[in-house]
Amino acid sequence: MNRLPAAVDFTLADGRDLVYLLVIAGFVLALKGLSSPRGARRGNLIGAAAALVGIAMTFTDPAFRTPAPGVDHALNLALMLIAMALGAAIAVPAARLVKMTAMPQMVAVFNGVGGGAAALVSITEFLKFPHGTVAVYKIFEVVFGVVVGCVSLTGSAVSFAKLQELVTGRPITYKGQQPVNALVGLTILSLVLATLVTGSTPLLVVVLVLGLVLGVIFTLPIGGADVPVLISLLNSFTGLAVAASGFTLDSNLLIVAGTLVGASGILLTRLMSKAMGRSLPNILFSAFGSVVTAGAATGADARPVKAGTPEDVGVLLAYARKVAIIPGYGLAVAQAQHVARELADALAARGVEVFYAIHPVAGRMPGHMNVLLAEANVPYEQLKEMDLANPELPTTDVALVVGANDTVNPAAKSTPGSPIYGMPIINADQAGAVVFLKRSMRPGFAGIDNELLYDPKTTLLFGDAKETLTKLVQAVEAA
Amino acid sequence: MTSSPGIVELLTIFVLAAFVGNEVISKVPSILHTPLMSGSNAVHGIILVGTMLVLANAHGTAELVLGFFAVLLATLNVVGGFVVTDRMLEMFKSKGHGPERRQEAADRRDGDGKEAA
Repeated sequence: MNRLPAAVDFTLADGRDLVYLLVIAGFVLALKGLSSPRGARRGNLIGAAAALVGIAMTFTDPAFRTPAPGVDHALNLALMLIAMALGAAIAVPAARLVKMTAMPQMVAVFNGVGGGAAALVSITEFLKFPHGTVAVYKIFEVVFGVVVGCVSLTGSAVSFAKLQELVTGRPITYKGQQPVNALVGLTILSLVLATLVTGSTPLLVVVLVLGLVLGVIFTLPIGGADVPVLISLLNSFTGLAVAASGFTLDSNLLIVAGTLVGASGILLTRLMSKAMGRSLPNILFSAFGSVVTAGAATGADARPVKAGTPEDVGVLLAYARKVAIIPGYGLAVAQAQHVARELADALAARGVEVFYAIHPVAGRMPGHMNVLLAEANVPYEQLKEMDLANPELPTTDVALVVGANDTVNPAAKSTPGSPIYGMPIINADQAGAVVFLKRSMRPGFAGIDNELLYDPKTTLLFGDAKETLTKLVQAVEAA
Repeated sequence: MTSSPGIVELLTIFVLAAFVGNEVISKVPSILHTPLMSGSNAVHGIILVGTMLVLANAHGTAELVLGFFAVLLATLNVVGGFVVTDRMLEMFKSKGHGPERRQEAADRRDGDGKEAA
């Protein structure tokens, strides 16, 4: 290197930037891999490896050595290593031990803390700004990072609480909600402008607090069934906050990684809402108008339903020609995927044609059912996505609904006022007979009543899905 | 950080990255929506690099405390993000890969056949 002329001299800083460029390429490949079933797992590993390389490379940054007044590099490094060890010691067991059913809330948590970290980077950099000499766009980068990071932090916290059922999964609405939210939004906007002009720290603190508040009040009216879409949106927000931190720190790596997530996250959010047959604005803002519908659901419980015994249903299934199993969140909660497969196998052994009709958003996250059933080694050919399953249902003798509700609710087709109106559903109502395995008459996650439960051709089996399915297996084998 | 790039240079990178981000996931099947969300969640955990730079240069209690928590939160994001995504994708391991999966299904049918015989 010493013999090279100065014009092509290759410094350590260039080397570091080159490695960061490789990290960026790794992230692009990771996202590309993650969007195809074949490359998904490898894509994730590439992403993890790239992140590891980027983190290792950062230790060579001059920020770790350059003497500065009042900076004790040894102390800072020690604190950093402690924080990283502590973070890893918490994150790995949390991610490893979390139940499959609780994964969406886990993603929400990891997303929220990322938003918080981005906001903290922006705040700390702001505190370091020399007073009065900072360009307006520099302040804008900081303020943007703080607001978006804070919204992502508290929004994710509320999402977590909703999915964990610490608060109700129903939309939380109150009178004047929309004007209040708009007012908070406008206040933030005007304070952001004021901060840009003055560069005042107290103003930034007020903006920060209002950002935290906005994250909560923006999330409250979103119903539980829509929360996964919300998490995807907040994920995209965190990406943008990270990109803003990248601008503040002049880091190409953070700008690209953050923007990749920000842009792909918004696209993914739109794809997810499309899979639910809704538009994104509809998901984010529709709850304001649906208070009446949600309230009306509770009053309709007095109508008669037909409750059956596992023996009756076992006979019904055993002598059917074609059976559709329609799984939902109840199957996930009861961990009933294995015994569901046993039932399918028992029926198949008698020559009954069995298939699983999978709604894209059954469970609490898109793809939830595929993951669970794959775990139970259900043959791939028996899994039918909604579009392929629906044409089969008119010729199906029995639709066995295991812990699903909203995804088979005909109100989505027939009741224009319903919160789920327009969502594509699995047409269980077109099957010859319908059997619901339910814990109780409680409405589904969207909080609305299901007409299909009161249909004369519907039989209800109350109880834990796993126990009921076990009894059904016995009944089918005895029939 | 030594030679500060101009804001226009950074904006160029930002705009191009936005197009790449939009392009790269344009054809994702719905069963991969959640793993993709989780995986991209892990990618923004690279904010850890930013928090490290902030903490490396921190002086005074306030900056040290903020920096410490920033590194802690970012580590949670990046480590937890990749681990939880891997765990989701583990469930897909025998899925979608035609030959492997069919072989497994065939094995199972053979097994059932023997039991019946």
